[in-house]
Amino acid sequence: MQPSPRWLLALPLLLAFTLTGCADDSGSGGGVQSMKLSTIRGRDKLVCGVDGKLPGFSFLGPDGTYSGLDADTCRAVAAAVLGDPAKVEYRDLNSSERFAALASGEVDMLARNTTMTLSRDSAGGNGISFGPTTFFDGQGLMAPVASGIKTLKDLAGKPICVESGTTTELNLADRMREQGIAYTPLKFQTGDQTYAAYLGGRCVAVTSDRSQLAAKRSSFPKPDEHILLPEVMSKEPLTPASVNGDPAWADAMRWTVFALFQAEELGITKANVAAKVAEAKANKNLADLRRFLGVEGDFGKQLGLPADFVPKTIAAVGNYGEIFERNVGSGSPLKLERAENRLWSKGGLIYSPPFR
Amino acid sequence: MSTTLERIPWWRDRRVVPWIVQAVVGLALLLVITLLVGNLVRNLTAAGLLLSWRWLGQPASFDVAESLIPFDASMPYWRALLVGLVNSLRVILVGLVGATLLGTAMGMASFSGNGLLRRLARVYVEVIRNIPLLLQLLFWYFVVFLALPNGTAAFQLPGIVLSKSGLYLAWFAQGLSWLGPELVNGVWQAPLRLSVEFTALLTGLITYTGAFVAEVVRGGIASVPKGQWEAATSLGLHWSASMRSVVLPQALRVIVPGLNSQYISLAKNSSLAVAVGYVDLYSVSETTLNQTGRALEVFLLLLGSYLIIDLLISAVMNGANQLVQIRER
Repeated sequence: MQPSPRWLLALPLLLAFTLTGCADDSGSGGGVQSMKLSTIRGRDKLVCGVDGKLPGFSFLGPDGTYSGLDADTCRAVAAAVLGDPAKVEYRDLNSSERFAALASGEVDMLARNTTMTLSRDSAGGNGISFGPTTFFDGQGLMAPVASGIKTLKDLAGKPICVESGTTTELNLADRMREQGIAYTPLKFQTGDQTYAAYLGGRCVAVTSDRSQLAAKRSSFPKPDEHILLPEVMSKEPLTPASVNGDPAWADAMRWTVFALFQAEELGITKANVAAKVAEAKANKNLADLRRFLGVEGDFGKQLGLPADFVPKTIAAVGNYGEIFERNVGSGSPLKLERAENRLWSKGGLIYSPPFR
Repeated sequence: MSTTLERIPWWRDRRVVPWIVQAVVGLALLLVITLLVGNLVRNLTAAGLLLSWRWLGQPASFDVAESLIPFDASMPYWRALLVGLVNSLRVILVGLVGATLLGTAMGMASFSGNGLLRRLARVYVEVIRNIPLLLQLLFWYFVVFLALPNGTAAFQLPGIVLSKSGLYLAWFAQGLSWLGPELVNGVWQAPLRLSVEFTALLTGLITYTGAFVAEVVRGGIASVPKGQWEAATSLGLHWSASMRSVVLPQALRVIVPGLNSQYISLAKNSSLAVAVGYVDLYSVSETTLNQTGRALEVFLLLLGSYLIIDLLISAVMNGANQLVQIRER
């Protein structure tokens, strides 16, 4: 009797494609033209697709506000485009809904621990446009300590819980096939159901991104009774995304995220950003800093954003390092290491191209 | 004197005007559809999403938890979708039989002379049909079946074992020898094993649809005039005999059309399987959609499959309806 909401999602997609006329591609050079940017400005709100149930990434707290690395990405973009990090409308999406919601325009962007892959990016696949990766992750397995499971081989013939519609579901199949291990995948539609079945003892292990496993474990009744196996089964670059076909909007989002990286590299924090702006205004010789903070040049205008989008963003959410530590690092219950997510200059993969 | 038959002008001719009106409306409809389909094709082409079915032949490279037909990850997508369809049909068919039996029993029980039985039937119907099915499925799976013990502590009856890993039934092994479930190295083995996901889904669908079937059956029996009961009783027939040979055959005329829509909703509701981890058509489609990104194609296949299943059920039930109607003599 309850129509599954997924069915309904296909409908706006179909309607959008039938009712909208032939798109006019007469975007001439010069001024920035973006349907999405003007839509967002028109409604004065950024609609951001998130998970909503994943501590550390996007989690709806008891006070009714979202917290997490993904939620802060939404805030950063809202601060850059609209000048106010509070102007975000979050949409909780499950793994199967997310791309349809993005393609139909129900959400402006996704910051939903989504792995960038070729088929999701390509026009012949899901046709979405990825920004810079905000969290480099890998797929792992979690099992109860008492089960004595140490490696993938120990899982032969056993049921493994996995969320349907994820890359982890596919990687699990690939790894097990490579190693010739027979197993039973038990697929559930939401993370809640997946972890409930695991905690209910239906499967001997659950697989997902290692950060997600750590996050979910922190909310278990007895976190100490579960271990993350050392095996890393895949690369999972978790990346915010927007629709294909609006390059100006994709660029605005991409460079807002790069600004978070660049700010960490330049040592600009939420606390000192106002002082840095004052310093840049006072000293004409600090050309790099002046351009980055929008005191000089027209980077903002080139992106279709306000000139001071960088200081607004940093003042709202802080730089990448601050966001990481606050949500998933030492300042959070997850206590994840920076590892690959350190700045490139410190041996990690977080790298911003020059603001030039 | 010649009668000059006055010709009616065509715009007042009742044989012409309706045709013209219909032609105009038809043409307008055709134009609108052409416009919409044209837009659809143009926009899909622009987005690189024009319908393509080549992916159906590519290897699926994912596994399924249970399948009635041989399947492994190297087989193509169409085979995976077929596995899902067979699994869906399996739960639908068993569900239809189960819901009919349970519903008929409960519907008949609400006319029983036994007050306790009568009230139990009412409580069952009122409780079950007023709670959303999704909630009931989650309840059956997470609260009831996942709380079952495993191994030696499992519930055991002769020929039946119910544990957290599934329902194990005795069945004919090679030839006609009867083989029951047995414990091998702490794991139950049996000739017929139903996964706990299938069992939970089936239980949920049968109890839920059974409550609606019970109401249809009760309505059918109530429609038989009281005189029929009295006539049967005066012939010396017992309650069950009058129900079986006099009342129920007459009630069927009212029951069968009502059952049709209950059967159709059971078929549609089976797509909630994904909530309890059963690999039905919807679950496989979702994985397929996730891998291929072919949203429109996958949904068209899904919509078409459920439409065909439901139309088939309707066709069978309409046939059954013809059989139970009174023949005019």
